[in-house]
Amino acid sequence: MKKYLSGILVAATLFSPISVAEPTEVHFWHAFTGRLGELVAAQVNDFNASQSDYKVVQTHKGNYSETLNSGIAAFRANEQPHILMVFEVGTATMMAARGAVRPMHEVMELSGAEFDQDAYIGAVKGYYTSTEGDMLSLPFNASTPVLWVNRDAMAAAGVDPDTDLSTWQSVGTALTALKAGGEECPLVTAWQSWIHLENFSAYHDVPFATKDNGFAGLDTELTLNGPAQVAHLSAMGQWAKDGKFIYTGRRNEGGANFRAGECALFTESSAGYAGIKKEAEFDFEVRPLPYWKGVGNSPQNTIIGGASLWVMEGHSDAEYTGAGEFLSYLSSTDVQAQWHQDTGYLPITAAAGDATRASGFYAENLGTEVAVIQMTANKPTANSNGLRLGSYDQIRGLIDEELEAIWSGDKSAQEAMDSAKERGDALLRRFESANR
Amino acid sequence: MNQRVTFRGWWLPILLIAPQVLISVIFFFYPAGQAIWQSLFIPDPFGLSSVFVGLGNFEFLFSDKFYRASFVTTAVFSILVTLCSMIPALFLAVMADRLIKGSGTYRTMLIWPYAVAPAIAGVLWLFMFNTRVGVVSWYLGQLGYDWNHVLNGGEAMGLVVIASAWGRISYNFLFFLAALQAVPRSVIEAAAIDGARFWKRFWTVVLPLLSPTAFFLLVVNIVYSFFETFGVIHTITSGGPQQSTTILVYKVFADGFVGQDLGSSAAQSVVLLFVVGLLTVIQFKYIEKKVHY
Repeated sequence: MKKYLSGILVAATLFSPISVAEPTEVHFWHAFTGRLGELVAAQVNDFNASQSDYKVVQTHKGNYSETLNSGIAAFRANEQPHILMVFEVGTATMMAARGAVRPMHEVMELSGAEFDQDAYIGAVKGYYTSTEGDMLSLPFNASTPVLWVNRDAMAAAGVDPDTDLSTWQSVGTALTALKAGGEECPLVTAWQSWIHLENFSAYHDVPFATKDNGFAGLDTELTLNGPAQVAHLSAMGQWAKDGKFIYTGRRNEGGANFRAGECALFTESSAGYAGIKKEAEFDFEVRPLPYWKGVGNSPQNTIIGGASLWVMEGHSDAEYTGAGEFLSYLSSTDVQAQWHQDTGYLPITAAAGDATRASGFYAENLGTEVAVIQMTANKPTANSNGLRLGSYDQIRGLIDEELEAIWSGDKSAQEAMDSAKERGDALLRRFESANR
Repeated sequence: MNQRVTFRGWWLPILLIAPQVLISVIFFFYPAGQAIWQSLFIPDPFGLSSVFVGLGNFEFLFSDKFYRASFVTTAVFSILVTLCSMIPALFLAVMADRLIKGSGTYRTMLIWPYAVAPAIAGVLWLFMFNTRVGVVSWYLGQLGYDWNHVLNGGEAMGLVVIASAWGRISYNFLFFLAALQAVPRSVIEAAAIDGARFWKRFWTVVLPLLSPTAFFLLVVNIVYSFFETFGVIHTITSGGPQQSTTILVYKVFADGFVGQDLGSSAAQSVVLLFVVGLLTVIQFKYIEKKVHY
């Protein structure tokens, strides 16, 4: 039976009249599940429905690290997708891989799709732009850290929920008052290295690494043991010791505590919006990330986290044209504005931000604009464009280890950051020798 | 007395061992050779270029004090996992062996945990000891003990040891029980007639007869704690806090698949290969002499 069936299938394939050319397939690997996965699938379906020349096939490949690893393994086996989602810390790895990736601006030129680099928001695009000013990948989901406030918890501890929290000085005062008022978890954080070191440095306009945070060359060294960072971490360490700052883990474990209403203040990505809005049974508010008054040029701008889309080498021109069309579609104003409003991620173009404002979304959803303003208030400096450091996923891991040593009181902030610099620099030198 | 049966000719014996040799070559010698070869290079992640560095990767590793510290962590971890999985298993097996009623139910229940995958076991234990919602950490809090494996290295180590040993107890239990049932009744009865009580009989008669099984389990459990506990560590601590639960095999993963540093990762697997080889040789050479077959 099976034999006959396959015979019929072969015959059918051979003799079927092919009047319409098959659409060119463009493969897109991403790291989104759940609600975000559904939204990505919807974007892809809409694009496919909007034209008949190309068909984008989206595939979920695990978390950010796993997606990057799948892309790398596939490239080694010569089976790479056309578009690969890579998180921001993998940027240096992708940039160094000349011959494995095709820069975004070349793809756009080849495809002839609409593409204006100036339309993208500087602080978002800066992370993915070469020193010559060419965009190498398309920012896809970008977020930035903000301060989440549980107003009910503040009031319960006898602290005015409208009290000033714009500087760490005033946050320090508030933490003392919260603790005195019986709050057991005054402050909690997610993504400690991203918020309290990487963004801290950019926000205060102090370097995180030499060579413009790695943008100007692979021979970069960490400078995260500078006086500004050490002063901040010392204060945080003291708060941890006093029970004013509660450490919950290296990732966003603290989100569960905050959403359950157990903590008063929470430093977390602006993209935490969807989850907090859905689960929080208390009055919450978004405030700009605090800064230390009088340190550096604070407040400069914060930097982004999230992922961008890279186009990989080794495909035909027709396929690149399709990839270019798809990327152009993703950055079009309507699609972007919708994505921004659905997810809480930042708009990647100024036009998408304007469209969102015009639609009245910010007025209805108070605080959603805080992140956008915080990112775009000032023109980024060499210290606040982002980071471009090799092996950075791994370096973040060792920074996490050193931060844990501060929170547990095993090391002073200076000792811990000196050690992080020494260990991180060793990895940067290895990355340099592997990508010379 | 000793009759030796030999094959006539060479073809049949070669044919008979060929599948095993083939499997060993494909799944062991070839990858091991690849690892040794790769450990001499620093490649870029995409395989576009690689720089020959000789023993540079090993030099880099052994000059790293955190890598050297990882050996101590691994030793502490494997000894604890082996002890915590073998001693309770032996105790349970001795108890189950004495049961007359309902022994089948007890045995089945005791074997169950073995069916749970390490990563799942890790998540289960993580939930129980979760500092915020964990049942066990809540009870500990009631007793006035502030459990926090997120910051306390000792507690983190304890937790990964328990989670790794837990499923393993079933496996060891199975072997110990089988070995106990193979102990001849007559020997035990003879000891009993001589007036030896239960524990005396256990120490002097039963335990020596269990030694081949115990030795086998020792080797298998050490290899288990070296390699197969990855899932537990990945789900519970990711090697932290600081580096207190970063065992060698976890570092191979972290450097290779998080850091994309395949050269260092390959060098580490070569080191691991030698360490485990050495341990096995030592076990067979010294400990096996104390085993009565």
